[in-house]
Amino acid sequence: MSLLTIKNLNYHYNANVVLRDLHLELDAGQIVGLLGSNGVGKTTLMKIISGLLTDYTGDVQVDGHQIGIETKKVVSYLPEKTYFRKGESIESAISLFRDFYEDFDEKRAREMAADLKLNTKQKIGTMSKGMQEKLQLVFVMSRRAKLYVLDEPMGGVDPTTRDYILQTILQQYAENSTILLSTHLVHDVEQIFDRVVFMKEGKVLLNEQVDVLRQETGMSVDRYFREVYR
Amino acid sequence: MQFDNGIPIYLQIIREMTLRILSGKMKPGEKISSVRELAADFGVNPNTMQRAMTEMEREGLVFAERTNGRFITKNEELLVEKRKEIAKEGTENYIAYMEQIGFTKEDTVSYILETEQKGEE
Repeated sequence: MSLLTIKNLNYHYNANVVLRDLHLELDAGQIVGLLGSNGVGKTTLMKIISGLLTDYTGDVQVDGHQIGIETKKVVSYLPEKTYFRKGESIESAISLFRDFYEDFDEKRAREMAADLKLNTKQKIGTMSKGMQEKLQLVFVMSRRAKLYVLDEPMGGVDPTTRDYILQTILQQYAENSTILLSTHLVHDVEQIFDRVVFMKEGKVLLNEQVDVLRQETGMSVDRYFREVYR
Repeated sequence: MQFDNGIPIYLQIIREMTLRILSGKMKPGEKISSVRELAADFGVNPNTMQRAMTEMEREGLVFAERTNGRFITKNEELLVEKRKEIAKEGTENYIAYMEQIGFTKEDTVSYILETEQKGEE
């Protein structure tokens, strides 16, 4: 059974059609790149999967459940913008996650925070932007989720931070979970993907294994991406 | 490691590992890291690394011992064969390249000898 099943998904925002009749099926146990130029609906799709946008039509299921309370328990979402309150410390964020998510692995979060040499009493708002991004990822990856939905985790960070984020994703990735990761920096991350999903005009244009794509096109995903979105 | 071209990544990993064995960076019989560690080193997905390992096992370049992990092959014949295979490919590519810039095969052979002698002086 597939982990994520989407059928006939439509979403519009006022008069703008964002997603049109979108179909997508993803199995458990893979890292999937969600690719597409700006404004094709990647963020909207991710918000729907994570249960943040509910005014859609169509059928969206995670692990056999319609999007709702049950799916929120197994979906760990990293939004584009950090959601910590500025005055909050790591300590208070930990207790928040502990209360909210049954699958939150506090030990793991503390270990990763220690690796970053962060003082857990420090106010998050006083940390650098890159550090806040890393911290956000630490929390999201500390959940033992079935599906991780990461919206542009490498957006606007320096190359060192990007490497840290990639390493963290690879290290924390558990075998039977699936990671759906959106990015427009295809070149930097394509080697971590099992599969890529290309979106265009609110639809899925292509959903293919990276190795198959490379073999069939003789191109890297990055080059193929440039061809498709030229 | 950079993975730029259109060749599947697991094949690029196999090539890189093979070169490490042939060049002596990795010794016959040596234990290799776990799939997870290797994946982190190469910056690739563990599934991709697993695929590369399975394929290398099939080719006999590495072997698994039930509880101890994986090791580099001790089969010298296989390594000799691999070396020849890669040498052939590299040589063919080189000859084709030299032909492209106007060298006949004979020119290329004498050019190699010439360069080699100069290098020794």
